[in-house]
Amino acid sequence: MNARLRWRKLVSAFMLTMTGVCAVVAVSVLFFILGYLVFHGGRSINWDFFTKLPTPVGETGGGMANAIVGSAKLLFLASLFGVPIGFFGAIYLAEFSGSKTAFVVRYAADLLNGVPSIVIGIFAYALVVLPFKHFSAYAGGFALGVMMIPITLRSTEEFLLGVPNTLREAAMALGASKWKTIATVIVPAAYRGILTSVLLAFARVAGETAPLLFTAFGNRYWSPGFNNPIESLPHMVYIYAISPYEDWQRQAWAAGLVLLALILIVNIVARFILARGVAVQRS
Amino acid sequence: MNVPSASPVADSRSFISRLRNGDEIARIVTFIFAATVVLLTVLLVYELWIASSLPRQKFGFAFLITKLWDPIAEQFGALTFIYGTIVTSAVALLIAVPLGIGAAIFLAELAPQKVSDPLQFFIDLLAAVPSVIYGVLGVFIVIPIMRTVIAPTLKATLGFLPLFQGPAYGVGFLTAGIVLAIMVIPYIISVSREVLLSVPRDQREAALALGSTRWEATWKVVVPFARTGIMGSIFLALARALGETMAVTMVIGNTPSISGSLFAPGYSIAAVIANEFTEATGDVYIQSLIQLGLVLFLLTFILNGLARLLMLLTASRGSGTGRA
Repeated sequence: MNARLRWRKLVSAFMLTMTGVCAVVAVSVLFFILGYLVFHGGRSINWDFFTKLPTPVGETGGGMANAIVGSAKLLFLASLFGVPIGFFGAIYLAEFSGSKTAFVVRYAADLLNGVPSIVIGIFAYALVVLPFKHFSAYAGGFALGVMMIPITLRSTEEFLLGVPNTLREAAMALGASKWKTIATVIVPAAYRGILTSVLLAFARVAGETAPLLFTAFGNRYWSPGFNNPIESLPHMVYIYAISPYEDWQRQAWAAGLVLLALILIVNIVARFILARGVAVQRS
Repeated sequence: MNVPSASPVADSRSFISRLRNGDEIARIVTFIFAATVVLLTVLLVYELWIASSLPRQKFGFAFLITKLWDPIAEQFGALTFIYGTIVTSAVALLIAVPLGIGAAIFLAELAPQKVSDPLQFFIDLLAAVPSVIYGVLGVFIVIPIMRTVIAPTLKATLGFLPLFQGPAYGVGFLTAGIVLAIMVIPYIISVSREVLLSVPRDQREAALALGSTRWEATWKVVVPFARTGIMGSIFLALARALGETMAVTMVIGNTPSISGSLFAPGYSIAAVIANEFTEATGDVYIQSLIQLGLVLFLLTFILNGLARLLMLLTASRGSGTGRA
């Protein structure tokens, strides 16, 4: 009996230690990734990286200025398309809709959220690239925007529903119409949460490569306007990492570091904004 | 869920006066945006279906079960890619599920909140790392390690299994599976931890009071109580693994072949779309690729649906599920 108890305690201690090991392994992967990227990326990053165009194959040096600007353009278009739809859609869900319509919209959003990013790319290709007959920043921005919609919509809705009903009632008791209540009371009260949702959606699509492969396509030169094929940072990381040239691989590390730094900073800022409390702000 | 539309008085006001107030306009405008979401989703399914009609007419169901992928003869079969997708995802889950659930148990049951919350924060950050970064790490770290350490070790120890035979190039099913595992672990941890934390305290206390050790209370009471939710997290992870493109494309080897060995290079659905879409010539070719996208979409659609259902079940089911 005693031996059995000792055995059980031993098993318990062992298994619990193992769970701790699992957690340490999982978290250390992050630090490993960060450390490796900072080490390799930091060594290869230089001023040229931010200011110069890519050099022709075989020539060393050059940078990714066009990809950085391209990513900014694509993300601008994506936000322009995805954020309003997500934001106003969420207002409809939280403030206006009946339960049946809300179910349909939520279901569609969740479905969209689960679609693999490469399939979103096909969708954007069929919808934007084929009619225009060429790859463009518009198509890439559309693909990324579609991915932003469900993330913005669902979490914005959560935060709007989290605004206490007493605030709505108070505003209406003062004679404000419904849209005035929403615009001046509810949205300002939930603005931290909404900002967090938008930032997280932004960070999520900033690193997407797959939907850009056959929408934005890539471009080794400056891409004027929005109607031409355009380069993006994640796409550069991909192309350069699988290339056989050492100098390109070096730049892939640098681009990866810049991309990851951007995404992690946006993530941390977003969480920080939220952690400061969903305090009710005056508009 | 919904806020009742103002008060009875507001409801009884006429449409015109609500219109003048701006309420009706606001409702219509926001409705248009909400409807756009539904419209886009419907359009996505419709486009995928319409744009892949040719191979459906030409090959029918044989598309899913033939191996031949020959763009020149315009013969297309998806079996190699489906095989690659399933094998890499299975390897990923085999590695990620024990690790992820172990870590979730640690975070939910053992670690004090002061440790658990920061660790969860780091794990959330890990989930935000873009897939192309995992791909880069796969190319420059996992592939060399696979070639020099993992493959020789596995061959020496488990080499009698057909799974671990044949030449190891570094790229292949196993490498892709490992990279995918690293990618999906954060999802499993986050969701499972959430579910484990929602198990009522008295379940643990009752088990401990009956004389079980800490581990027995966790493994035989708390985990079974939360098992539907944990299953949900696994389905979620599987859906992500199946649809993952960049990281897999960079390490799987991109060779359309079916091999019993995990060391062999292969191909996955997402990877073939990524590699061949822009180069595809001819309608049947490009539509076959779109049809592959449709297959991928349906797979993830079903898995996501199952995941949500399971998580709903845990949320709605009260006590009585734990079989102590």
